[in-house]
Amino acid sequence: MTTTASTPGDAAAAASPPTESRRERLTGLAQQQGGVAVLVLVVVLASVFSHGFADTGNFQSILVGNAYTSLLALGMTFVIITGGIDLSVGSVFALGGVLAAWGSLHGGLAVGLLLPLAVSGAIGLIQGLLVSRARLAPFIVTLAGLLFARGLLQAISDEGSTTYLVPRDSAFVALGHGALVPIGTAVVLFVLGGVLLTRTRFGQALFALGGSENAAMLMGLPVTRTKTLVYVLSGTLAGLAGALNAARLQSGVTNIGVGYELTAIAAVVIGGTLLTGGAGSVAGTAAGVLLLAVIQNLIGVHLSKYGSSASDLANGVFLALVVLVQTTLARARRLS
Amino acid sequence: MAQRQPADPAQLVLDVRSVSKSFPGVRALRGVDFGVRPGEVHALVGENGAGKSTLIKVVTGVYQVDEGEVRLDGRPVAFGSPLEAQDAGISTIYQEINLIPLMSVARNLFLNREPSRFGVIDSARMKREAYEILRGYGVDVNPSRPLRSLGLGAQQMVAIARAVQIDARVVIMDEPTSSLETREVETLFRVIRRLRDQGIAIVYVSHRLDELYEICDRVTIMRDGETVHVDEMARVDRLQLIALMLGRDLTDVRQHGATAFAADHDVAGEPVVRAHELHRAHQLDKVSVDLRPGEVVGLGGLLGSGRSETARAIAGALPLDGGSVAVGGVPLRRHSTAAAIRAGVVMLPEDRKSDGIIPNLSVRENIVLAALPRISRAGLVDKGKQDEIVEFFFERLRIKASSPAQKVGELSGGNQQKVMLARWLCLNPKALLLDEPTRGIDVGAKAEVQSLIDELAKEGLAVMLISSDLEELIEGSDRIVVLKEGRMVAELTGDAVSQGALMTALAEGDPSPTAGDGAQA
Ligand SMILES: Nc1ncnc2c1ncn2[C@@H]1O[C@H](COP(=O)(O)OP(=O)(O)O)[C@@H](O)[C@H]1O
Ligand SMILES: [Mg+2]
Repeated sequence: MTTTASTPGDAAAAASPPTESRRERLTGLAQQQGGVAVLVLVVVLASVFSHGFADTGNFQSILVGNAYTSLLALGMTFVIITGGIDLSVGSVFALGGVLAAWGSLHGGLAVGLLLPLAVSGAIGLIQGLLVSRARLAPFIVTLAGLLFARGLLQAISDEGSTTYLVPRDSAFVALGHGALVPIGTAVVLFVLGGVLLTRTRFGQALFALGGSENAAMLMGLPVTRTKTLVYVLSGTLAGLAGALNAARLQSGVTNIGVGYELTAIAAVVIGGTLLTGGAGSVAGTAAGVLLLAVIQNLIGVHLSKYGSSASDLANGVFLALVVLVQTTLARARRLS
Repeated sequence: MAQRQPADPAQLVLDVRSVSKSFPGVRALRGVDFGVRPGEVHALVGENGAGKSTLIKVVTGVYQVDEGEVRLDGRPVAFGSPLEAQDAGISTIYQEINLIPLMSVARNLFLNREPSRFGVIDSARMKREAYEILRGYGVDVNPSRPLRSLGLGAQQMVAIARAVQIDARVVIMDEPTSSLETREVETLFRVIRRLRDQGIAIVYVSHRLDELYEICDRVTIMRDGETVHVDEMARVDRLQLIALMLGRDLTDVRQHGATAFAADHDVAGEPVVRAHELHRAHQLDKVSVDLRPGEVVGLGGLLGSGRSETARAIAGALPLDGGSVAVGGVPLRRHSTAAAIRAGVVMLPEDRKSDGIIPNLSVRENIVLAALPRISRAGLVDKGKQDEIVEFFFERLRIKASSPAQKVGELSGGNQQKVMLARWLCLNPKALLLDEPTRGIDVGAKAEVQSLIDELAKEGLAVMLISSDLEELIEGSDRIVVLKEGRMVAELTGDAVSQGALMTALAEGDPSPTAGDGAQA
């Protein structure tokens, strides 16, 4: 045999891959980065029309106020890309905060940070195993996780009546201090998350799982392990977010975090991640988080006189619109 | 993974010993023996449902054996997942294309073994290498494109490239050529020969006899979950091979000829369907066809000649710019599939996977789907009547399933085709339009579908048959309408329904020099 089929090193050097058509690229971008585009649009409009919006102080407060909760959306992105869902993150967030406050009170910085991470990671691990090994539906498993974490929190805080305060002189407080630390932490974790998702085998396995679990299995991917790990990751991030937030508030607030999982899901979906799994990006989620935060801020300024129901209504309508636009774009892309 | 020991041809690299595997209601494998030597291409053949895919999945850890054992290099192995099988040196292309449609071509090719530095994927290098590798397989595409934007053939080539890229000692290919064109098959064969010369064992599953004789060294024939014959490929002739697959007598096969069609039918009376000057820009140019009760009308032509379009136009599935369809003398007022079905014209589409069956529903549900409006009263389904209908067609069409409750997705292609046929027949149609009814199904099921078509015509149904299999078209049809580029160029009747006449019609119908070059059409 003189013919060698698979490695034509001689010929390949000359040619280079053809590029996508411009239209393909544009619709693709619009679908993936639609959240970013809308974000820019809304910020520009708000800066022009809303008095006091384009103000350094206002921007800073938006960013700081959402820095730690954005980590829930980051973890959620990974889970949703696999085609799963994690409803427990709001409760785990709250539990992480209480454990951090309790830990810093009794053991200083190390315990204040490690205890919530260990517990939330363990909750994630159990959820992950139930989903991957016992093959239970993620929705049910993490709904149970939501109740469990909330219950645990009630148990260690005397039904929520005891609020542990972080000692003011604890080094732990520094983790929530000022604007730079929270914003910087979130930015660093999002960048790391982006690298993890797009540039590692683990990240690629997440996409493959969400794209087609059966195919991923037949291609020889470590399906069970990947699925388990993604819930560990999400749980740990939620616990970390809760702990850092407790440092910022200097206490373990017990009634925090209710419904945060839904906000996180909304941010992820607005960011272009498919709820059915298989496609999504961390950058999109960042845009989704910011977009929701900006809208919240505007609603707070302009609609607060109508009460919180108005802001919920506006949020709901907005979410529906974004999803509608996205699905339309995705469909157009599939047809082209 | 380097070769651990020099390949000894007498020693089996893969050795399956009396393996059994059951699914609920089906014994898919009953004590199968299967041995592959290093450096050989080993054909695994058998009718649809014989158990080939199941055997492959048992060997590669998708399923676990119930009984028996699998040995690799003489050592017993029991893989818990395809990943373990891959790590042990068995690489597999499963029958269904198993890649991730949403992910890019490059990522699919390298999934789980991406080139990386310090744990971070080097995506520039990955794309570059993917491009080079795929060009070697005749696939010249931007590797950043999502896989699903490629044609089926190109996707299959990606799957093949991926499987071969793994440093394997055994490469298993389950019907790799079912979605490949001739040129692509040649590329695949080059790859297979190269692998074989490196001492790699190749298991090759295919229904295309030509391919088997061209590329395979030895053959294992399976039937009903058992190994019935193992031999040198060259020592089994075609008829023998078919006879062994089907479990029939050799003389029996000889007598019947290549297809299962009987002689021509008695054609009686007025046309039930009159399609008059069907017209659609760039696709159909005033095509007129009449279908009479008891007659099988074949549509001849090359790819792209408008055969499927004609059938779809008659069935109301193709919007028309002009022309009319009349059933029983009454023109259809609205041009829609619903109107055509109501009038008694039904079509079995070419692509049953996407247009026809619903894999997750049972045989029963798939059959009665179209008949539901007729067998329900005030919106409620009459269960008794439903069972009656299903039972009838189950028997009549000899559908091979564990029961009418089995999911259609689990059946073989031929049986899925029969379920589709049953669905339309329970509407009591007047005319049946069949677009490639036997494509992709094995010889046994093919013969059955052919004799069914015959029987149905004899019972007075008007049938239109589209087939790329010339033998099938000629033996099955009483009359052939030949199309070329959307126009009718000839009509063959009586003795003119022959291979020679058809070839002439195809060649003469178009003065351009591409005539007869099927691959280009
Ligand atoms: N996952 C499954 N569940 C139930 N029955 C199955 C399954 N897979 C295959 N079968 C049955 O096992 C038999 C063998 O099928 P298969 O191995 O796909 O045959 P082949 O590949 O030779 O066409 C068939 O009767 C089929 O219906
Ligand atoms: Mg098969």
